[in-house]
Amino acid sequence: MPELNASRLATLLDQRFDELLAAWTAEQLQVVRRGQISASDMRAQCRELLQAIRRALAAGASTRIDGQSWAAARDLLGRVSSQRAQQGFPSSETAMFVLSLKRPLFDALRRASDDADTLAADIWTVTDLLDQLALFTTETYLRSREALITRQQEDMLELSTPVVKLWDGVLALPMIGTLDSSRTQIVMESLLQRIVETGSDVAILDITGVPTVDTLTAQHLLKTVTAARLMGAECIISGIRPQIAQTIVQLGVDLGDVVTKATLADAFKLALSRIGLSVGRVRPAGAPALGAAPAARD
Amino acid sequence: MLTARTEQIAVREQHDIVSVRQMVRSWSLAVGLGLVDLTKLVTAASEIARNTVVYGGGGTLQIEELRDGLRLGVRLVFEDQGPGIVDIDRAMTDGYSSGSGMGLGLGGTKRLVDEFDIASTPGVGTRVTITKWRSR
Ligand SMILES: Nc1ncnc2c1ncn2[C@@H]1O[C@H](COP(=O)(O)OP(=O)(O)OP(=O)(O)O)[C@@H](O)[C@H]1O
Ligand SMILES: [Mg+2]
Repeated sequence: MPELNASRLATLLDQRFDELLAAWTAEQLQVVRRGQISASDMRAQCRELLQAIRRALAAGASTRIDGQSWAAARDLLGRVSSQRAQQGFPSSETAMFVLSLKRPLFDALRRASDDADTLAADIWTVTDLLDQLALFTTETYLRSREALITRQQEDMLELSTPVVKLWDGVLALPMIGTLDSSRTQIVMESLLQRIVETGSDVAILDITGVPTVDTLTAQHLLKTVTAARLMGAECIISGIRPQIAQTIVQLGVDLGDVVTKATLADAFKLALSRIGLSVGRVRPAGAPALGAAPAARD
Repeated sequence: MLTARTEQIAVREQHDIVSVRQMVRSWSLAVGLGLVDLTKLVTAASEIARNTVVYGGGGTLQIEELRDGLRLGVRLVFEDQGPGIVDIDRAMTDGYSSGSGMGLGLGGTKRLVDEFDIASTPGVGTRVTITKWRSR
């Protein structure tokens, strides 16, 4: 009779709540690697789930966890498992969150019962219930992991962009990928932040690796140029390939007075001249070194 | 004129716009569009796909490979069941945007392709058809 089992279990959880909680938390702390989650967070999660189980057993009198009375428990497990997926817990440890309740619960059942048949039935009910909950946890965990991986792949596909310092006062942003995602915003912000941090005068936005420049991309670029100007830095856009240039013109995008250069090298040369430096040959190519240049005199 | 092959994909969210570009790129390559024409068609597709997502509330792209005698081309039909466009002339005007765009998507697209058609009924939806032929 599952109904009888359920109410008997509810009573047991009521009577031995603190004892169960302590034993369960102790089990957990053995499973989980240190530092991944604090002991107090762990205890709070255990307490919450134990309460949800107790309430579901008392109210619903059913041990099928897809019922309405298990909504709170499912909700909590959903949160815990997607949180652990984010934090990089392995799936086995995530399932153990639920499964490690077995031993404390079996112990409690054994101590509370003196009838072998009842004990066997109760242990079966508990096993079945915790397995369902563990399965639910694992499924949610896997779904969260999949979503996480998809998102990371998208991010990588969309844009990977480090801000690099080419020279004192000259930054470059070699953009690779498409430029219309929310990641663009982050990248642009990190450029502006680096301009401030390094006190740079010139920033080169290199779009050699950007396959498509549409109106939204152009708008992002122009906004960045304007914002950089407000921070006191001049922007040069480099790497506009011929087919992209033609497309931009037909779209009707006006790059205004933004300086553009065909290659990153050209842009770098211009940037150096803007900060008062120039690139020149020290000696003619192939010629032997002359004597040391005379030291500047003051 | 003959449709050699055709395929339909959903254009619902930001990520679908990336898929649209990738798909139009590979179909354009298959038809033999040159680098400039390919870039123009991919850019045009990006514009209309974004309008479909942002203003049309999502829709579909039907992509077709065309054969007209010796000519080869790619046709894209974007369709949505969104609010539609009340004043098409105004929407086509460079610089007009009801959102925060540059207002160059529709006008620019028309300039980038060989054939352009827009049909829209307020309350029913919008259909934009663009075609690029391989120049010989
Ligand atoms: N599928 C659509 N459904 C409803 N309205 C649309 C649709 N496509 C375009 N519009 C309307 O037409 C206007 C002009 O579109 P257009 O693409 O030219 O500019 P935009 O999208 O506002 O800016 P941009 O494309 O330059 O980023 C839009 O602002 C919108 O009001
Ligand atoms: Mg647009």
